[in-house]
Amino acid sequence: MAPVRYIDAITQRYASLGYAPYRWYVADDKPSFAPLKKPLSQSRLGVLTTSGCYVAGQVAYHYKDDASIRLIPMDTPVDRLRFAHITENYLVDARRDPECLVPLTALRAVRDEGVVGALGDAAISCMGGIYSQRRVREELIPQVEGTFKQQQVDIALLVPM
Amino acid sequence: MSLAARHLEALGIPTLCLGSALDILEAGAPPRAVFVDYPLGHSTGKPFDRADQARVLRAALSAFETIKSPGTIVHLSSDWPDDGWREAAGSTRGDDTRMPRDTTPQYQTDEDRRLAEASLMRS
Repeated sequence: MAPVRYIDAITQRYASLGYAPYRWYVADDKPSFAPLKKPLSQSRLGVLTTSGCYVAGQVAYHYKDDASIRLIPMDTPVDRLRFAHITENYLVDARRDPECLVPLTALRAVRDEGVVGALGDAAISCMGGIYSQRRVREELIPQVEGTFKQQQVDIALLVPM
Repeated sequence: MSLAARHLEALGIPTLCLGSALDILEAGAPPRAVFVDYPLGHSTGKPFDRADQARVLRAALSAFETIKSPGTIVHLSSDWPDDGWREAAGSTRGDDTRMPRDTTPQYQTDEDRRLAEASLMRS
């Protein structure tokens, strides 16, 4: 079957309810392209999840343009992972099995088996439902950039919800 | 997500977005993407299926080395057991499923709230 067209469906749904349209980011030019500097098996992998994941004991996200990040140590027991995201309806399964959004077991396995050279010591997490693109650019992205640089990652896997 | 990917890539960090909303990936045009045709909320595989989660992650990582052209979206084979979710996900009618927008932390459990607040008290 054809993939779901979320933008059309949700735009029409909100319009029928009389709500303002959600403004997805639409690129107006081709992206940059940075070649890998070394093979995957020698690269340190950074991970960013926008699923609203946090570790039990950390402060949860709020739902009004929360542009903060949490660090999820790669050795976190999976049963300590929690989620808070403005579209909670998509979290039903992740709250039962967090690894359908934050696959720590699979990440540790690709590190241990040498598929990647190493992992950043923690995945970066944020709550992706931020309506202000300005806040994404000015607040969120600098934190992500700074953390990846500190972790000295060579490549970054970004996992939207 | 695509904004972050494009920014990091411009700094020289190769990125790969792994997502399950094809049209949102197409609109954002990240440098490299892998599309898995599962319901939203399962970007890294089926729940309680460690083999599928490993498959999705490994396939995504291999795309770091196979994608040679900016903006490429690789489609992973996906076999969600039924297609019933598609109708609701693609419906142009229905309620707004978003939660209210305010600045109160939204804990998954009351225990999380107690743990976090105790931690804040100590710091």
